[in-house]
Amino acid sequence: MNGPSMNGSGMSTPVLRVEKLRKSFGDEIVLQDITFSVPEHTATVFIGASGSGKSTLLRCINLLEQVDDGTIKLDGEDISAADVNPDEVRKKLGMVFQAFNLFPHMTVLENIILAPTRVQGIREEEAIAEAFKLLERFGLRDKADQYPDRLSGGQQQRVAIIRSLARNPRLLLLDEITSALDPVLVNEVLSTVRDLKGEGMTMVLATHEMGFAKQVANEVCFLHQGKILEWGPPEVILENPKLSETREFIKRVHDAGRL
Amino acid sequence: MSDNRGRGTGDNSGSAPYDFGGAWQPSEIEVARRIARKKRNRKNALIAALSSLLVLGTLLVVLVTSPGWITLRDTFFKWAYGFEVLPKIILGFGTNATLTLIAGTSVALLGLLIALIRTSRSPALTPFRFLATIYVDVFRGIPMLLVILLVGFGIPALQLKGVTNNVLILGTIAVIITYSAYVAEVIRSGILTVHPSQRAAARSLGLSHIQTLRHVVLPQALKRVTPPLLNDLVALIKDTGLISILGVTDAIRAAQIQTAKSFNYTPYVMAALVFLAVTIPLTRMTDRMLRNSLERQNAQGQA
Repeated sequence: MNGPSMNGSGMSTPVLRVEKLRKSFGDEIVLQDITFSVPEHTATVFIGASGSGKSTLLRCINLLEQVDDGTIKLDGEDISAADVNPDEVRKKLGMVFQAFNLFPHMTVLENIILAPTRVQGIREEEAIAEAFKLLERFGLRDKADQYPDRLSGGQQQRVAIIRSLARNPRLLLLDEITSALDPVLVNEVLSTVRDLKGEGMTMVLATHEMGFAKQVANEVCFLHQGKILEWGPPEVILENPKLSETREFIKRVHDAGRL
Repeated sequence: MSDNRGRGTGDNSGSAPYDFGGAWQPSEIEVARRIARKKRNRKNALIAALSSLLVLGTLLVVLVTSPGWITLRDTFFKWAYGFEVLPKIILGFGTNATLTLIAGTSVALLGLLIALIRTSRSPALTPFRFLATIYVDVFRGIPMLLVILLVGFGIPALQLKGVTNNVLILGTIAVIITYSAYVAEVIRSGILTVHPSQRAAARSLGLSHIQTLRHVVLPQALKRVTPPLLNDLVALIKDTGLISILGVTDAIRAAQIQTAKSFNYTPYVMAALVFLAVTIPLTRMTDRMLRNSLERQNAQGQA
């Protein structure tokens, strides 16, 4: 019982290792016995119904939530230990939210350079140059001086991705980043993530987009009632799952037209 | 008839070449609509004018024909005398203006500090949080006039060494104490309206608690509470007049001195006009800011 990504994935330390994580809110157990690893340059995708604990899991990894039990290791270092400074850990993590969460009172550029200048102490000119490079790469250069409310949802989400990339994170956490988007805007965001994957970014994703999961995932984990019920390569989990719960979930998503 | 939706060519689909260049002329329908709208607007303006004339005219007639009107006019609206004493009242208003400036700045800082303490979660600040809550409860609950009297007459009565007996300074302190309690609550409510997801986003970017407050939470909170704060500023300008009770010569006190000499109340009316000259533009400005911020918020929903 080693959990996902422990079979033959080499000797090197995984970027992320979660072991026997447990989280509850009051009496409600949201996550239990969550164990998995994410090796460098791979993407692990969590699928599961709303309320299955996907978002909570990502928030726990980011230390936005305190776990009840278990450990979380980032590059072998236990970040769930009591004496860890969350601010230091978060410098190595990038997180993108379902609702974008851009800062509405700042322009796109200001959103992007806030953390590099304030947290990492990079000189402003340098941070701006770096931000423009990223904006250029993702086709948003002309939006640099706009405020977020002037952008489409897809553009806002891409800015949010750039904002988290500007700090060169070790690991990117993507929490249902297309769920709040118009169907026609989903693709631009997904292709951005595919590009990142191609460049070797290590990621953990929660998503409802099965087709996308198949494209980027090295491993898919099916979360059901707070547990990882089934895991494996995307072809297996998405097309030929063993458990009836997984089959049922895939079928429901399929019927909703999201495959 | 056949089902001729669309272009009426009998065929259910069609296309027209895009024409972006040509000069646009309003269609007949649009021209007719515009004429109808203009007509309606003229009619509305006429109704508004007539109704205003009727209401204001009635009020004026009632006032002028009332038995005491002549006496009232001579004691409250003796304009020649009013303009004679106006310079003294304006001079007195200088005290109100200075006090507003000093108290306003101090209130902004103290109010912000108290709001920050009350919204903090740091265990080290627990006693301050407790004290701040008591402070706000007490000073929002006491009439300001009482605070002014207690501070203005009470502190000199203590005969403490090194503590001022200057009623102007003591009065200002009383105003600051009271208004800070109000302003702290306005700012606190602004801080609480910033959605938790903004904090989460800032923290997940690695910003510390203080950095999150300074760069993400406060700018949004203060922008939101600017209209109500301006409202409080207008109230502050008026309430500075209350310290005249301590004998400070402000606009109200200056007017009072004049009425005591002449037994004519026109100086009070002049003082009211001086206050209005400052507060009405400020109120208009507040309204405009509120409207703009509402428009911005509504525009956001369409993004």
